[in-house]
Amino acid sequence: MKLLSFFRRQGSAPQARERLQILLSHERAAGRQPDLLAILQEEILATIARQITVERENVRVRIDRGATVSTLEIDVDIPHAAGSASASFASNRRAHAAAIARGAVKMASFSRGFG
Amino acid sequence: MARVLVVTSGKGGVGKTTSTAALGAALAQTGQSVAVVDFDVGLRNLDLIMGAERRVVFDLINVIQGVAKLPQALIRDKRLETLWLLPASQTRDKEALTEQGVAAVINELRGKFDWVICDSPAGIERGATLAMRFADCAVIVTNPEVSSVRDSDRIIGLLDAKTEMAEKGQRIEKHLLITRYDPQRAQRGEMLNIEDVLEILSTPLLGIIPESQEVLRASNLGSPVTLCNAASAPARAYLDAARRLKGETVAMCIPTEQHRLLSRLFGRRAA
Repeated sequence: MKLLSFFRRQGSAPQARERLQILLSHERAAGRQPDLLAILQEEILATIARQITVERENVRVRIDRGATVSTLEIDVDIPHAAGSASASFASNRRAHAAAIARGAVKMASFSRGFG
Repeated sequence: MARVLVVTSGKGGVGKTTSTAALGAALAQTGQSVAVVDFDVGLRNLDLIMGAERRVVFDLINVIQGVAKLPQALIRDKRLETLWLLPASQTRDKEALTEQGVAAVINELRGKFDWVICDSPAGIERGATLAMRFADCAVIVTNPEVSSVRDSDRIIGLLDAKTEMAEKGQRIEKHLLITRYDPQRAQRGEMLNIEDVLEILSTPLLGIIPESQEVLRASNLGSPVTLCNAASAPARAYLDAARRLKGETVAMCIPTEQHRLLSRLFGRRAA
């Protein structure tokens, strides 16, 4: 493969250009209006918080900003016995980490193309 | 024990961010756990040089203000398991960067990593002074060029006066990293040579990074140069510098590009 790529040498500039176009389209959009991914993230977490108490440490948010599609991934650890935990369970919650249910909210938001 | 290192220079455009990414990756390549922290609030770029710009969720200011916990803001490198990035904020104002907040974040990072590398912004304003404030050691990035050497001298003065270590009466460990060095031009007398720069700044030398096309290629691809092409001259210089930071004795040399065909066939890693 390396031998092949030697004969078909291509510069790195096209990749630099593409990375910048994606990044700047998101940053320019963020200057004009609130970041859609940030709004979705807040509203989803608020909805979850209305049902259960979620510790901030148990929430992982991942974002991947793409050219046409961005993904927002919110990963929330929800304890099985949330709300009805017995005293011994509550005092030993760390040991029950393996028993937690994992609710993952995955969604895609479509960007508005290059601005 | 964790070491907090600031990469600083005073002057802009000399290679602080490139060097932060390259040294951070080089240390992580030896198995050390490393966090690189961008202090350039409002003009972050370490994320772009590391190739993580699409994945930024939270940043340093979010952590300082309590909007996010530190583990939520740290982004793991896709190539190296032990390399992590804490991005700077892009929009919020610089006043949000408080000494107390930075102290708390650095303290928490000390408990999690072998190395915490703070990428300082240019200048001598708040971002730059806070980036160096809690450091145990400093890498001063200097080009062999008059304005860069002058600004480095200024920064060395600040390191010896304004850091927490200096205020406790201790000496902060300082290392000089000369970047964009062209041995041929130095030999022809067209560029300050290493001895000139060392004599003027009287600071021990950490490494000499030769001027190279590979640095631009690495930044185009969003990969630290030590990962992008570990066999290239600048990568070898950074890898040696990282070993010196770890306390190893490595003979000082200025790496040159190997034969291009051999380097291409055997040296290049996929970005």
